[in-house]
Amino acid sequence: MTMESNSTNSVGRGSREYGLIAEFAGPDEVLRAAERLRVAGFRLWDVFGPYPVPGMSAAMGLEKSPVGWFGFLGGAVGFTIAMAGIWYLNEVHYPLPIGGKPFFSPFSAFPTAFELAILFAAIATFLGLLALIGLPRGRHPLFGHRRFALATRDRFFVVIESADPNYHLENTRRFLETIGAVSVEVVMM
Amino acid sequence: MSDSQQHVELEKEALGALSPEVAATPTGLAREPLITGYGGLGWLSDEVTRFNERSAPSWWRAGLFAALLLLLLGVVMVAYLVTTGIGVWGVGHPVMWGWATINFVWWIGIGHAGTLISAILFLLRQHWRTAVNRVAEAMTIFAVLCAALFPIIHVGRVWYIWWLLPIPTSNAVWPQFHSPLMWDVFAIATYLTVSILFWYLGLVPDLALMRDRARRPVSRFFYGLFSLGWTGSQRQWHHYEKAYLIIAGLATALVVSVHSIVSLDFAATQLPGWHSTIFPPCFVAGAMFSGFGMVLTLVIPVRRLCGLENLITRRHIDLICKVTLATGSIVAYAFVVEGCYAWFGGKPYDRFMIWNRVAGPYWWAFFVVVTCNFLAPQAFWFRKVRFNLRAVWLLSILINIGMWMERFVIIVGSLHRDFVPSNWSYYRPTWVDVCTFAGSFGLFFTFFLLFLRYLPTVAVSELKSIASSCISGCSSTHQKLDARK
Repeated sequence: MTMESNSTNSVGRGSREYGLIAEFAGPDEVLRAAERLRVAGFRLWDVFGPYPVPGMSAAMGLEKSPVGWFGFLGGAVGFTIAMAGIWYLNEVHYPLPIGGKPFFSPFSAFPTAFELAILFAAIATFLGLLALIGLPRGRHPLFGHRRFALATRDRFFVVIESADPNYHLENTRRFLETIGAVSVEVVMM
Repeated sequence: MSDSQQHVELEKEALGALSPEVAATPTGLAREPLITGYGGLGWLSDEVTRFNERSAPSWWRAGLFAALLLLLLGVVMVAYLVTTGIGVWGVGHPVMWGWATINFVWWIGIGHAGTLISAILFLLRQHWRTAVNRVAEAMTIFAVLCAALFPIIHVGRVWYIWWLLPIPTSNAVWPQFHSPLMWDVFAIATYLTVSILFWYLGLVPDLALMRDRARRPVSRFFYGLFSLGWTGSQRQWHHYEKAYLIIAGLATALVVSVHSIVSLDFAATQLPGWHSTIFPPCFVAGAMFSGFGMVLTLVIPVRRLCGLENLITRRHIDLICKVTLATGSIVAYAFVVEGCYAWFGGKPYDRFMIWNRVAGPYWWAFFVVVTCNFLAPQAFWFRKVRFNLRAVWLLSILINIGMWMERFVIIVGSLHRDFVPSNWSYYRPTWVDVCTFAGSFGLFFTFFLLFLRYLPTVAVSELKSIASSCISGCSSTHQKLDARK
């Protein structure tokens, strides 16, 4: 299959066609297929399976996940809020003279700041993850497909969306079959 | 060839080399497999969800009924305490901290093993953790809930408990952050929140599995709701795996920090027997030890009753026993070192405290600690014991008792005879103390039994990703990859 035959998108706006779903026999087959799909230049496509197949992210050419930055920022914010907050409360607003100790000490504030940094980092990582993967999401065209429920059990699928610039119903279907799909079906919106 | 391509090649090679036929070849040092009777990815899903999908067995109903009765007892005891006052407990001068504080430290310690299994063993790529981490994390969360109960009711006037939080109010009274008790508030709150987040994050793909299997619309709706619309797409897995790793790293920091902060409640005071720099590491080791004891107590019946014997194998029990032995040895070492501190330190109060611990009025408690904590786990040196489930279960009960008594020795043993002999007394718990403690078990087992019934008890999706390495019992894909890199 050449790139030319695959470079026109036959699907117009307002189409009820979500894309093509191709079922693969196992993790090795879908991994090989993913590399071919990446090389063929598809953009709006994804691999579905019951677990992350090792090497799949690289095969699909996915960028490094930025989710760690959410965690880092959350942790930094948590630590700063705790340190600054304790300083304000115990030094400025309500100083308590206890045993001649300083009203504020970074050492006695550290355990609280440490815990709050972890708390904020974990929550930020979690929320950042949800934002990155677009969850929670109530509806998905794939949930209507009769075999897609097996993706969480033991089956591997590749889905190419009709909005992909390279998408062409017949050509893409044939391409999926040549790279080892067991069956290819159309998914409606 | 670019780096990423090379990585793919390597991974494919490693995967290829691990096809069951190849991996099953004898290596001379064959280990028991981590999954027995493996029948494919679909089989794994069936094994894990079988208990959730069939009708509730009678032992479960009976267990839940008993747990609810205990919980009711606990509720009545707490109501009695709140309406009457702290005097219904055995605490008083000089033993101001009694059973409630012991229970708090004991329960929170138990939680630590769950986090160790789920976070630290994940970072160390110990694949055996995958079969038991869900149960252990559930244990953590419910244990921390039980633990949090005790300090809250111990303040006496529980309606002032919100004073612990730095909330701007018109009275402008702020918490005092020099106090380890304040640090505790933040440590426990963080620990509970992060444990729940981590647990839930792991649950999402498995809840999606439950959603896709559910036949009844009600279960479909609720599993669907809590699985957040997870599809199992690689673009989701890609970020998910990274986030899981990061939260595992954060939880690892909690494993060592939370019980350290709890120990500072004691170590920051001037009391002989408490005022010791060894407390934070000693408490953390004790927490792991007692937590692993509780993991054994729970996992041995659960694998049998919930039909998980193929996934939680004897090898898992064997490995947990080994960790228990290791952490128990650290606890024993710390206990001996405390004696050495008192001896070499030369302070008369410290020397008296140690002597009082061994031969004072609470000599029996010390005896129980030595027997249950230090002597009993030595049996785990023997393979025959580790593979004898009844023996392991009985030993795990002894460890639970021993670690509770260790906290008793530390708390009551140090308080009951302080600096001035006219202050000395003998502490006895009241029936309310005993019933409140029993009530906390009701709380724990109510949640735990509900968890067993309604949530996937094994991290299925994670187990699927390592299944190929688990069936053979030899090294994993990751290890082979690491070796080649």
